Amino acid sequence: MDFKFTDKEQAFHDELTDFLIAELPARWADHPVQWPHDYAHSPYRDPKDMEVHESFIKKIAEKGWLTISWPKEYGGQGFNNMQQAIFDERMSYYRAPAGSSGSVGAGIVGPMLLRIGTKEQQAEFIPRIARGEITFWLGYSEPNAGSDLGAVRTTAIEDGDDLVLNGQKCWSSLAHKADYSWMIVRTDPDARKHQGCSFVIVDNKTPGVEMQPVINILGDHSFNEVFMTDARIPKNNLVGEKNKGFYHLMQALDFERITLVGIGGFKRMFEEIIDYVKTNKRNGKLLSEIPSVRYKLAEIATNIEIGYMLFWRTAEMLDRGEDPNVESSSLKVATTELARDMAEVAMEILGPYGQLTESSEWSPIRALVSRGFLESISATIGAGTSEIMRNIIAQRGLGLPRV
Amino acid sequence: MNLDLNTEQKLLKDSARSFLKQECPSALVRKVRNSDEAFPETLWKNMADMGWMGLGIDEEYGGIGGSASDVAVLMEAMGEASLPAPFFTTVVVSGTAIQQSSNEEMKAKLLPLLVTGKLVSSFALIEPNNDYGLTHIRTAATADGSDWIISGTKLFVEYAKGARYFLTVANVEGTGLIVAMIDAATDGIKLKSMPTLDYSKQCEVVFNAVKVPAENILALGDDAESMLNHLEDICAVAKCSEMMGAIQSVLDVSVEYVKDRTQFGQPVGGFQAVQHHCANMAVNVDSARYLTGLAAWKLSEGLPATKEASMAKSFVSKAAVRVSKLGHQVHGAISFCDEHDMHLHLRRTQSASMAFGNTEYHLEKVAQKIGL
Repeated sequence: MDFKFTDKEQAFHDELTDFLIAELPARWADHPVQWPHDYAHSPYRDPKDMEVHESFIKKIAEKGWLTISWPKEYGGQGFNNMQQAIFDERMSYYRAPAGSSGSVGAGIVGPMLLRIGTKEQQAEFIPRIARGEITFWLGYSEPNAGSDLGAVRTTAIEDGDDLVLNGQKCWSSLAHKADYSWMIVRTDPDARKHQGCSFVIVDNKTPGVEMQPVINILGDHSFNEVFMTDARIPKNNLVGEKNKGFYHLMQALDFERITLVGIGGFKRMFEEIIDYVKTNKRNGKLLSEIPSVRYKLAEIATNIEIGYMLFWRTAEMLDRGEDPNVESSSLKVATTELARDMAEVAMEILGPYGQLTESSEWSPIRALVSRGFLESISATIGAGTSEIMRNIIAQRGLGLPRV
Repeated sequence: MNLDLNTEQKLLKDSARSFLKQECPSALVRKVRNSDEAFPETLWKNMADMGWMGLGIDEEYGGIGGSASDVAVLMEAMGEASLPAPFFTTVVVSGTAIQQSSNEEMKAKLLPLLVTGKLVSSFALIEPNNDYGLTHIRTAATADGSDWIISGTKLFVEYAKGARYFLTVANVEGTGLIVAMIDAATDGIKLKSMPTLDYSKQCEVVFNAVKVPAENILALGDDAESMLNHLEDICAVAKCSEMMGAIQSVLDVSVEYVKDRTQFGQPVGGFQAVQHHCANMAVNVDSARYLTGLAAWKLSEGLPATKEASMAKSFVSKAAVRVSKLGHQVHGAISFCDEHDMHLHLRRTQSASMAFGNTEYHLEKVAQKIGL
């Protein structure tokens, strides 16, 4: 085993770190309010932060780093997946805008279009994703298709040059802020459930597409219900092979489970907790001097290290041309349960102060821990529950029978 | 970054596993358990013929060199086989200590014997009412001219009855620790068996005014402290590798079993409750593998490795016992029988989890390394 970056990877790591320190406003890392690896998509508290967000994405896109692992002719840098992973780690460590979390276009749709899209689809979408001009939402879940995604009922029926969409999507994160949906639909209503699905790209402005906000556990509007009523999209927007959508979905989910980890965010959040316990007392004693606090935090540090290695492993496998289907599931289950555990441990350590929900002179670490306690509920549910991940590990990884 | 073994390590792993499958079946483990012999001499000799005793030992002393990562490969295979022989205390613990010493005489005398399997050495560290720490060593070493007199009681000394030397840690009043190679044939040494969970033939060793020549001293004072701290990292990682081998085997055997075993008209491996036990075992095994690999790699590169070694030992100690118990659970009643091998792994992992610092011991070391 060798855990060292190559010289090229290390140079990129260092260049990116310098860039992030130089380009992000001082104390930027104090602004975002998200716990690592959650699906709550909490908004900025200060609207001015959105301006910083947008101008920063332009700068990153100008460097060609938003899509660094894409081929050069598609606006990427032709870097390997390890460099992509380094990018995700550094961005999430510095809590940079459009770090690994939230980059559905660059992290999932783009790589899928490069693999299964037509030349025309690539020409239409790829350059704009690379420039950070358009964003996507994931149109997977439906009221009766959650873990059982093969049960999607939204139909897309051919009519002339169009596909006519009818149905409903739910838990559609940030759909109201995005431009397009990367959506799985039923193109053959008569086929057995996994065999009649296809991927389509749906413009949010399509007549017949309507959204209703759903307020999440934190009181924020991140989810939507999206209704398609005789919504017509061009037939050319069908991506990949018709009725093979479920197989493409497996690959898209692998990308999701890797790109949305935001592994650096764990380290950053953990450093804030460490700083806190070193500088705050309870009952006359520094928190960091209490043995149970030391053990709990040392255990979290160890689990973060494990998360890092499972993360690097997926990148390394992709670079070898292997499919990290099972490994991305291990990564997902390990890191999302860590997100939950870290919030629980922090709540225990902070005691009564941990429950404060807004910044006040009494709230530790900008009241982030109570948010993390709630946000991390989503971690082990979104993008495949921990139970589905364990099914994948058992059935595809260990070869146990499907029943 | 390459999280796989390299080509030489893959070869070493394959040859070690097939050798131990042949030469150290579980029947042998039970035979040694039930006999008075300290360890199986034929197996030991054959292991030496494979060149294993020279792994990690410099070529100038007849060794074959190799890194901590290479040793980890071998320890893993030995863990899988529940090896009932003193490879760990002889090659990993004593071999490392002797090599790290500045006592050239001892190196020249002992290492060539060690690499050919002619020298078995055990580690005498723990004392009554003490565990793996170095802070309360009461075995006393007092100067006697240029020689030393050592008195004290040591516990949990593995394979002591077959040992030719005891690598012993003692305290010199006012100076600090001393590390000595005590010849087992010296007058004043008494052994008493301490039967333990994993059949590793541990002993209580009493040193009663044992005379140790100056030439047998490996380190004294600060040198001893730094040698023992380094040794603790090396040993923690080696124990992790040993546990890794055991739990990889637990996982493999369990998966095969649940595919085969039928209840309610279907393989029990088709039940989600059983599948999730197996998935949890797999994630634990993977996590243990990479943490151990990272620590071994840092040691191999000569980088500071205490944080990683302690992370590995704190995690693997718990994970290995967890996986072993899940292995029992998915096997059901048959695994509670002596004839089944599952308990050999449970025993080995539980003992190794306590050796060279348990989870809490190493979590405290991690806490210090992360700035607490």
